[in-house]
Amino acid sequence: MEKKELAIDCCLLAGRLMMEAGAETYRVEDTMTRMAVTQNLPVTHSFVTPTGILFSPGSPHQTKLVSIKERTTDLEKIALVNDVSRKLTSQEFTVEKAYEKLQEIERANVMFPLWLQVLAAAITSGCFLILFKGLWQDIPVALLAGGVGYFVVIQIHTLTQVKFFAEFVSSLVIALITFVAIKVGIGTQLDKIIIGSVMPLVPGLLITNAVRDLMAGHFVSGLSKGAEAFLTAFAIGAGVALVLSF
Amino acid sequence: MSWVVQGILSFLAAACFGILFNAPRKMLIYCGFVGMTGWLVYFAYVGFSDDAVQASFLGAFAVALVAHIFAKRFRMPMIIFSVAGIIPLVPGGLAYNAMRHIVENDYIHSISYASQAFMISGSIAMGLVFAEVIIQLIFKTGLGRKPRKSN
Repeated sequence: MEKKELAIDCCLLAGRLMMEAGAETYRVEDTMTRMAVTQNLPVTHSFVTPTGILFSPGSPHQTKLVSIKERTTDLEKIALVNDVSRKLTSQEFTVEKAYEKLQEIERANVMFPLWLQVLAAAITSGCFLILFKGLWQDIPVALLAGGVGYFVVIQIHTLTQVKFFAEFVSSLVIALITFVAIKVGIGTQLDKIIIGSVMPLVPGLLITNAVRDLMAGHFVSGLSKGAEAFLTAFAIGAGVALVLSF
Repeated sequence: MSWVVQGILSFLAAACFGILFNAPRKMLIYCGFVGMTGWLVYFAYVGFSDDAVQASFLGAFAVALVAHIFAKRFRMPMIIFSVAGIIPLVPGGLAYNAMRHIVENDYIHSISYASQAFMISGSIAMGLVFAEVIIQLIFKTGLGRKPRKSN
């Protein structure tokens, strides 16, 4: 009995970690069901949404609920949890070992260093400027605006914990940098530079995942992800618009 | 010439997005490769028929196929490769234009941009789902060599 309770907690922890790292809804449900089956819980039901997971392991056990406070995109975490779940299902790990590993993953911080993320955001902005048919001479401005914009979004997010406000301020800063650069005469095409520089912020992944969840029949997840994407797009648009309206 | 430049830039963009999304370090190059494949398919089709919706569908389809191959090869979830791969296809520019026209009180144009952005993101999702379904069908009917082990 003890062991089964631990197995249920293990499934829930794996599900929560994956959802927090931005995995697809169907994958979370699939992983939880697979893990449960190998722990002698053949009939389980799970209801996964971006803000919480309900998991019902069948008759003598009680249904459990975990809430999900924050969602980011952390592909490495998904890969690690996936690895643990595969080892558990292939009997390589015992439940105790798997639970321990999952707790380790929860505590570990495996993000890339901040300077590398800012650099990557800057390079992405430069690349998108050219991919969207911008001019080569605008690249320095796009690099600067993209890098500073990403730095601002991370700093304000850790400071205030309000994601939409951080995105709003960041796109405001990007638009300001671009506007000033064009007034000074370093940049030429305002629209192209701004589009390239806000690319690291746009909720492209959220929009696509939302439509995908809807198609897979996960309507609650799909709609709530869509709402998050819409709010993010609105925050970015409003930030840019504030500068453009002058 | 422009093909080489487009290829290199989309590779770089997707690999850098891999860093932003914290992809496993060893997989960054493959993320870039998936992104390059998707973008080149998109670029080729847009040059040929000028329809961004169909081109996004094909690009996403190619992304999902290549991502699935890598996922099998490295025994990792497919999302690691597909996420960075579809980023160059995402209609960020259209969404921006839609928002910008709303602010300028030009609602007619903004709606046309917004519906285009919606169609494109829908077609990206369709491309991903179609590719996955087809791959699953192939493995179910036993045409594939190995049984499915990616989970």
